[in-house]
Parts: sequence; structure tokens; C-alpha cells
Amino acid sequence: MPKHETPLLDELEKGPWPSFVTDLKRQAETKPECWDILGQLELSFKDRITHWKHGGIVGVFGYGGGIVGRYSDSPKEFPGVAHFHTVRLNQPSSKFYGTKKLREICDLWEKYGSGMTNMHGSTGDLVLLGTTTPNLEPLFYDLTHDLNMDLGGSGSNLRTPACCLGKARCEWSCIDTQALCHHLTMHYQDEIHRPAFPYKFKFKMSGCPNDCVAAIARSDFAVIGTWRDDIRMDQDAVKGYINGDFPANGGSHAGRDWGKFNIKKEVLDLCPTNCMWMEGDELKIDNSECTRCMHCINVMPRALRPGADQGATICVGAKAPILDGAQFATMTIPFLKIDPETEFEAVIEVIEKIWDWWMEVGKNRERVGETIMRVGLPTFLKVMEVDIIPQHVREPRSNPYVFWQDEEVPGGFERDVIEFRKKHAQ
Amino acid sequence: MGYDPANPMVDRITDIGPPHFEQFFPPVVKKNYGKWLYHEITQPGVLMHKSETGDECWTVRVGAARLISIELIREMCDIADAHCDGYLRWTTRNNVEFMVDSKAKVQPLLDELASRGNKFPVGGTGAGVTNIVHTQGWVHCHTPATDASGVVKAVMDEIFDYFTSMTLPAQVRVALACCLNMCGAVHASDIAILGVHRKPPMIDHDAITGLCELPLAIASCPLGAVKPVKATNSKGEEVKSVKVNADRCMFCGNCYTMCPAMPLADPEGDGIAILVGGKVSNSRSMPKFSKLVIPFLPNTTPRWPETVAAVKNILEVYAKDARKYERVGEWAERIGWEKFFEKTGIPFTIKSVDDYRLAYDTWRTSTQFKFTSHIK
Repeated sequence: MPKHETPLLDELEKGPWPSFVTDLKRQAETKPECWDILGQLELSFKDRITHWKHGGIVGVFGYGGGIVGRYSDSPKEFPGVAHFHTVRLNQPSSKFYGTKKLREICDLWEKYGSGMTNMHGSTGDLVLLGTTTPNLEPLFYDLTHDLNMDLGGSGSNLRTPACCLGKARCEWSCIDTQALCHHLTMHYQDEIHRPAFPYKFKFKMSGCPNDCVAAIARSDFAVIGTWRDDIRMDQDAVKGYINGDFPANGGSHAGRDWGKFNIKKEVLDLCPTNCMWMEGDELKIDNSECTRCMHCINVMPRALRPGADQGATICVGAKAPILDGAQFATMTIPFLKIDPETEFEAVIEVIEKIWDWWMEVGKNRERVGETIMRVGLPTFLKVMEVDIIPQHVREPRSNPYVFWQDEEVPGGFERDVIEFRKKHAQ
Repeated sequence: MGYDPANPMVDRITDIGPPHFEQFFPPVVKKNYGKWLYHEITQPGVLMHKSETGDECWTVRVGAARLISIELIREMCDIADAHCDGYLRWTTRNNVEFMVDSKAKVQPLLDELASRGNKFPVGGTGAGVTNIVHTQGWVHCHTPATDASGVVKAVMDEIFDYFTSMTLPAQVRVALACCLNMCGAVHASDIAILGVHRKPPMIDHDAITGLCELPLAIASCPLGAVKPVKATNSKGEEVKSVKVNADRCMFCGNCYTMCPAMPLADPEGDGIAILVGGKVSNSRSMPKFSKLVIPFLPNTTPRWPETVAAVKNILEVYAKDARKYERVGEWAERIGWEKFFEKTGIPFTIKSVDDYRLAYDTWRTSTQFKFTSHIK
């Protein structure tokens, strides 16, 4: 495959940020199909439109997803990308790698693919970008036999779960995000590889409400670590912050002079519930009023830590706009113990309650968040068999259009208008 | 040995899942799992985590283009082998992190990274701009209204100094999606770049009957603009097809996702909208959706100067005006959106007024507003 002229893309080799064009050109030296990636992309830059055909259904036997088929609409001009399928590899939880494994993946992709990747897809998968249909099965064979790795998800199924780095390198993680992510991924291999749902379904786990994997925005089932006892405080360290011994927010703002640390202005006054105050140089928190937003802990990581009675809040139903508008996940279970000792059975019970219901009730291509909108949160919470509590709403409804069941009302719904007329003339 | 196409189910291994994460932990991470006490950012791109055992894990974060080659991954492996016991990781924003177990090992690692040109810019920590979460664009997708990698490169070049410094009121998350499927984080980012169409789909009556399940295409429309009709193909035959009511179509492209015979991409029609003020963290305020403030900017390849200027302007006005810890959305809500438009100089247009279903909740049902240059 010959080199193409790429005057527009060449402009993107300039500037300080790492250039994907320079990288593609370097890879093209050993994988000449990369010249056609560049060539077709240059054509798109010239025409200002995509040059990929619609859709593409390819895969490996035994699975209903994992590979996104793609074909060029200009295959004669760019034969190197006539087939350009994407292979999703299920990444290890929180994306730690050993170089040996990464080199094996690179060697595999050198053999079967374009040499280009996405590290990583938005859902978390390690994405191998661009190969042909005949290469898919041999690649999958080597992947499973030699690399002991599997495909991720695509289609109307459980997509590849992802998590923040949790306890591996963060002092705030209230749950073992990686163990939970890995366990659920293994437990639900069938649901990942063989689409059986009305539409896609995603799991994400974050260790605390900072939500570094954006679970509340980007997963149908979000597990977000929290605590239910008191914030752990080290008053000496609080004094250290006040004295300027430690940088606020771990030094996040060091690039600009924001003045001397002011605990009132930067912590007490920004607390969303105003539940903190100083008594002399002692910091006080009324933990019963705390909503565990993380701000004070974020600002003074040496002085404040999440409580020791840890678990997670379960939120359900986040999605992007299509069809009925974007949704964040709705708080469903305020506190659930996340226990590796029981193989996370409490979490699994919640998931299966949602699935048992949604797989029956969900319409074709209806995300669970939309199903909840359609049937109503009260119905969903009843299905979930959770006690309905004020925490389920931001505010009570303001319209009076309230449903009652006939068994809730004395005498029921069956009435006789003739009896009514005996006392009330028309 | 190897795959035998004549016997495809022989020796097939399935459902083995990902490799277990623990085997890829650097020794200091494995030893101190769950024992971390606190952390500090000692300089842009360098983090130190302190364990209750006294151990320290030093992390160097570097930017990456996300779309990367195996040659570049191998180069990262070389660095990790030389400095980090053969371990490295990727972040949820597609930066790369190299970890060492003592401060003394940090500078040699930084020197090594710096020696390799601009491949490994160190930064992305604290109150700055980190990597742009983005999508496939014209590199791999069939429904985009703009490119992803190209726009991201152009924007990151312009705001690069914010990646390598920590001078903003709070961290600013920039995200890009090349169509409104919003793969990724566009609906909940401080500044979001979104590919949008502005023309209704064309209908390929020659292909639609054999290619599409018409009820799916009809059901795919959020506004009920697609309806079934009998149409005439180019051979003069009557075929089952669909019609799009152009007055009700807002060009989302979801019917094309479902039906290949309804393409809508267009060089002049397509471009970029800018949304601002979203966040996912619960810190201080609840998570927020991003809001549309610029309805359209053209796809000016190869460097999208209008989009780059728009992002930079919002960033700079925010940097100057917002209070410490205030995210873009918190700032805009505190000063009021009318002030946001005035301070940024972004023209307010009718396109920013919601008219979709629950729109009423976004209108101002109050006499509380500020007099700005908008009121003549």
C-alpha cells in the first residue's frame, strides 16, 4: 500500500500535544495499511464527512458481540482499510498492566491487525483498531490460548464493566472497586458475550463520591463507595493545614497564588450543608448533617478521611440523550455493604432484581433508565423491594396526580351510581 | 495447532474474562493495597501517595493521544521496564501513569520522558486541564458529524499550558463526542465539544426496503418525525419506505443508526456545538449536565480554529472570574447564565432555549435576573 499525500493531516503534526498523525506515520513504516488509514482520514478532512459504510456485522463463533465491523466506502482507493474491524479486549480492572502482557498484545496485533489501538475505549476496553474478517477467528484463538485474554462486550448485552483504581492507590476508596469489577465481569461472562437484553447495560464502580470512573453519568448500574459513620479527623493535621505546613487539596492549586489557606473560606463556607465549624483551633463536624460530598476531605487529605463503616450507594439508570434525554443514575439503595467474603452476593441480588424485571418489561432498545421513567420510580422501587424513603427524591412531587390502588382506599373502586343518585339528584 | 476453520468449535476457549488485575500491580501497590493514608501533588503531573506502612508510591502522569500505535506502546513498555519494574497503567481519561517507589527514582524517569520529544508530556493533575475524553470520529465511525482525534489535537495544542500547570480555580474536564450518541462524557463535562448535524436525512428509496426494518427506524425518532409511506424508487416501482417531516426533525441521526438508507452527514450542515457546566463528582454540588451555549461552529479542517478559540475563551474567562474550587458549572450558576454569556461574550441565541418535553423547568419563572447588556 503506497503512501498518500496528507497535506491537511500534516498540519496536525505541529504543536506540543502528542500527534496521532506522527504516530500513525511511524507505525506505517512496518504496517503499510496505516498509510490507507491516513489516506482515508485525509479524504475525510478534505470532504468534511466520514468515509465508513454503515454498520457491519462480524464476530467470532460462540459470541454475539465483542467486535465492531467496519468497511471503507472507498475500498479501491484505500484497500488497506477495506475491512477495518475493531476488536474490544476486556481490560484488567483499573488498567494496570505488566509490560510482558502488553508486549504480547502488541505482537498479536502486529500479526493480525493494523498496529493501531485505542488505549482505551470510553467503556474501558482495550481497543484493537482495524483488521479483516478472516483474521478474527485466528486472532481470537491466539488471544484465548496464548494470552489468556477475552473479548469485551458490544451489542444489547452487559458491556465491559470498569472501575476507578480504588484501594490500589487511593486513600478514599470505601470499597474494593477492582475486586468487585473483576468478580462481576467473571460472574456475568455469558451476559457479556451473548446479547440477551432489551438494550445495552453497563456496570461502573467508583470508590467514593468523587466518582473517578463517572459511574453516575455513564453506567446503568453504578456502585459508588461511601460511609455511614463519622469522618475520621486528625486535629494536629488540621492545625498543620491552618499553619500552612501542608498544601490545601494536596497541592492541586500550587500553580497560582490563592493566598494563605483559609479554612473558613475554603472548607467551612463551601460545605453544602454548613455542618462544620471551628471551636478554637479544633475542627468540628456534625456528621448527622453531612452528605459525604468529599469536599473537606479533598481539601485536607492528611487531616480528614472517610469513616470506617464503609459500603456503597447504588444508583441506577444513567444514559446519554438518545432517546428520551440524558439521565444521571437515580439513587436506589442508600447503603449496601460490599463484601468480597460473600462473593458480593448482596450486589448480585440487586443486579438480578433489576434484570429480571427489565428483561421482561423493557421495550426494544430501551435503556433501564428510560424504562424507569416510563413506568415511574415508585413502580421500580417496589420491584426492587426497597423501602421508599425521602432520600429517593430531591424533592416531593408538586403536582397532585397521585395514583392509588383500589385496595388502599376504604370501600375500593367498585361503586354503584344508582346508590349515589339516591342522595344526589343529577 | 491454531484455529482450524474446518472445525471451528474444536479447542475453542470462551468466557475466560480479563486477566486478574492483581498480577499487574507494582510491588509497592500490591504491598500497600487499601493502606494509603494521604497523597500530594508535588509538581504538575507528579503524585506521591503515602501508606500507613511508611511506603511511598510516586506516580508520573503523561498525556497520550488515546489513538496510539503498538510502536508507541512498546516504547512505553521500554520506559516502564527501565524505571518501573515493568509496570504501568492507564487512567480513566486515557493518560498513562508510570509509578516508582521512591522520590529518588522520579527525576530519572522525568528525564527519560523528556528525552523523547513531545511524546510524553507530563501533567494532567490538580487544577488544570487534563486529557480530553473523546470518540472515534472519521477514524472509525459511520455516524459522526465531526472528527474526534483531529479536533482534540487542535484544542490540546492551544490549551497545552493548562495541561502542564495547575493555575485554574478547579480541574476542568473537556470532552468530545462526534455525534449526539455522546459516547463518553460530553453530557457531564465542564466544557464539551459535540458533533451536530443540521440537515434532515436523505431517504434512499432504492435500498430502504431490503436494508431496514422500517418500524425500528420509525421508533428511533425522539420527535415522531419519521412515518411509513409508499414511495417510488428510481426504477419507477412502488416500495415501502419512510418520510421525514423536516419541520419536526432536529437532525439527531438516530434513524440513520437504525437504518443505513437514511444518511444525513453533510460537509456544510455538520459541525460542532459547545456545551458547558457539567460535572460528575458530588463534591460540593450534585452532578450536573452540561448546557448548550454555542449551537454551531463549522468543521474547519484541519485545525478547527473557531472551536479552539471558543474553548480557550471559555477557559480563560472562567479562570479569571471563578472562585477557588469552583467548577465551570458552579461558577456559571452562581453568577447566573446571563452573566456567563455577558462575561464570555458568547452571543445568546434561541438555539439555547430548550424546547424538548421537560423544557419548562429550564425557563425563568422568576423576576430574579441581572440586568446585562442583553437588555436594551
